[in-house]
Order: sequence, then C-alpha cells, then structure tokens
Amino acid sequence: MQRVTEGGGQTSVVIGGLPIDIQSDNRDFIAMLEKRYAGFVAKPANAGIRLAVEVVAPMGDGEDDELEVRYKDGRWMINRGDFHAQWDPTSNLGCVRQAAYPYAIDSVMRIVHSLVLAKRGGFLVHSASAIRNGRAFLFSGVSGAGKTTISRLAPPDVTLLTDEISYVRRVGEGYQAYGTPFAGDLGRAGENISAPLAGLYLLVQGRHNHLSQIGPADAARRLLRNILFFADDASLVEQLFGTACEFVSRVPVYELTFRPDGEVWNLIE
Amino acid sequence: MSEKYIKPSRDIAARMMVDEMVVMSVKDSRVFSLNPVASVIWSAADGFTPLREIVARKVVSEFDVDAEVAYQDALELVEELAQEGILLLADHPIGQERV
Repeated sequence: MQRVTEGGGQTSVVIGGLPIDIQSDNRDFIAMLEKRYAGFVAKPANAGIRLAVEVVAPMGDGEDDELEVRYKDGRWMINRGDFHAQWDPTSNLGCVRQAAYPYAIDSVMRIVHSLVLAKRGGFLVHSASAIRNGRAFLFSGVSGAGKTTISRLAPPDVTLLTDEISYVRRVGEGYQAYGTPFAGDLGRAGENISAPLAGLYLLVQGRHNHLSQIGPADAARRLLRNILFFADDASLVEQLFGTACEFVSRVPVYELTFRPDGEVWNLIE
Repeated sequence: MSEKYIKPSRDIAARMMVDEMVVMSVKDSRVFSLNPVASVIWSAADGFTPLREIVARKVVSEFDVDAEVAYQDALELVEELAQEGILLLADHPIGQERV
C-alpha cells in the first residue's frame, strides 16, 4: 500500500454515502480531483475504501480500450489500456496506476461502486435522476434517449441528481436515489442529496407526451439493459438480476414518451 | 417419434414476474422474457417429464388449444431457447432420475 509522502495529498469522494479515500504523491492530481468532484469531497476519515494512486506517464487509448474486471486471489483486478487498478474488498485497500487525468480514476470509482452496490442490492444505471417534492425519479435510457434533454427541461422546483449515471441503493423496504458527480452532456455534477425513489421512467422521444405503466417482466428486462455492470462474474450478475426483479416489484416503472418541451414535467409528480 | 426432455441451463437466473418468466443468461447478460404459455412450459421443465406430457397437462388444459398444434409450437419454442443456450433439450431425461 502506498504511503502518503511529503508533497503528496489525499482527499475523499463520497457518493451514495460511501467514501472512497484517494491518496497520491502527486498533489496536483489530488487538487484536480477536488475541483472535479466538488460537492462530493470530504476530509478523508479512513472509513471506507482507500485507493493509492500512482501517477505515471499516459498509456493506452483511454476509454476506447477494452476493460477487464475480474476477481482473482481475493481482489478485484480492474484493467484498461489507460489504467491498472486492484481493490481488495475485505481490507478495502486498493491501488491505481494511471496518468494525471481524471477519466481513469472516474472509471475506477464507477466500477468499485458498481461492485459494492451489487453486493448490497443496489446498482448504477444509465439514467438521469431528480428530486421533486421530496421524492426521487429516474429517467433511464441509452445514449441519445433524452436523459440530458429531460434534465435541461426540469422546472425550478426540481433538483437534479445527475443527467447521466444514477446511484440507487436499497434502503429498508424501498430504494433511495443519490446524487452523483458523473455528468453527461449537461456538463455539471448533480446535487449531493438523496430521496426515496417514487418511479422509474424509460425514455422514448416522440411527438407527444405520453405516460404508460409497463409490466414487471418488460420492466425488468429493460432496466437490466441500462444497469452498469462491468465484472466478468456470474454470481454477481445473478445477484444483480435478482436486484432488478426486486426493484421493479417495488417501484412503479413507466414508459415516458416525450417531446422536448417543459410540459413533460407535468406528468412527473 | 422420440420424446423430448427439457431443463433450464445451469448458467441462467430466472424469476416469474406475475405471469411472465424473465430469464437472464449469467454468462453474457442477455435477458429474455417469456410469454405466459412459454412461462408455463419453462416452469415445468424438470428434465424428466416429457415435453408432450408438459404440453398436455399444463398448456392444453389451461389455454384451450389443440394438443398437436400446441405441441408443435412448444417444440419450436424449446428448440429456439436451446439454441439461445438457456434451456437444455434432449431425447432422454436430463440430470436426475424420476423418483
């Protein structure tokens, strides 16, 4: 485990209540993370996952490289052309080797969160999310489905949690949505707050605004299509399948056909 | 004509959602949802009950369809699911002996 040395620094990025402490000998790298994840940064408290980042010269082609996530000898090995990472889920210690740009650590954090959530009955999902009147709503779809569009159309009484990747945790008998710093085309992080989930809307762009509730089998199938999961691990995939089925049996799921104007939000309450 | 036997593959996760079975291949994360008739057949796929008996007992009696038509449709369905790798299909009982 890398030790923080003089000239280095550390910070903690807390998403969904789970802190990931990041330390590095490269203070500029830490400063860059604190700026990028502002609103989700806290003082490291050694309370969660701890990653030591070794900043090296750029390698690989970045996000275009093939990603490998596999469990071996008690730790997750997470490799892509532009980074190599390991994380031991028992000790919660890990290390990352990457260049001094944020995309690699951003990917590592998403993957680690997806692994933690899979074990706890939650998930990350390609989805915008927002809070209105104390209740959270997810707007899910693949790239181009309208996640950023519906986020941009949100009226002032709506608080955005993200326009790109939503964070969902099982809490008691229901589910809670949390803000994330993972931004899409909107280019800004969500608010670092959470609320109980009241609905999942599967986005379809059309000429009219229309809402229809869909059955649980179709809902589960379509939700699973949008859940982010990277690991080559049959047991976790099976767990995630159970989570998706459980989710659609507890949270109403709708297909939301919408045209790009603010009136669509009249259907969300 | 030989009997056909069916049993879910080991590499799947499945759950009945109201009257439709949702099946996921845990090897490649593909997800299938089966209609109510297919779900009934899937639920009865124990590896040792002949497909013809499953269709007669579970499909013909519950869905009011012609027995031979129902069997041919079922055969087509299970062949398709077997090709997808989520169902085992054989000319002999699969996995365990009938008790």
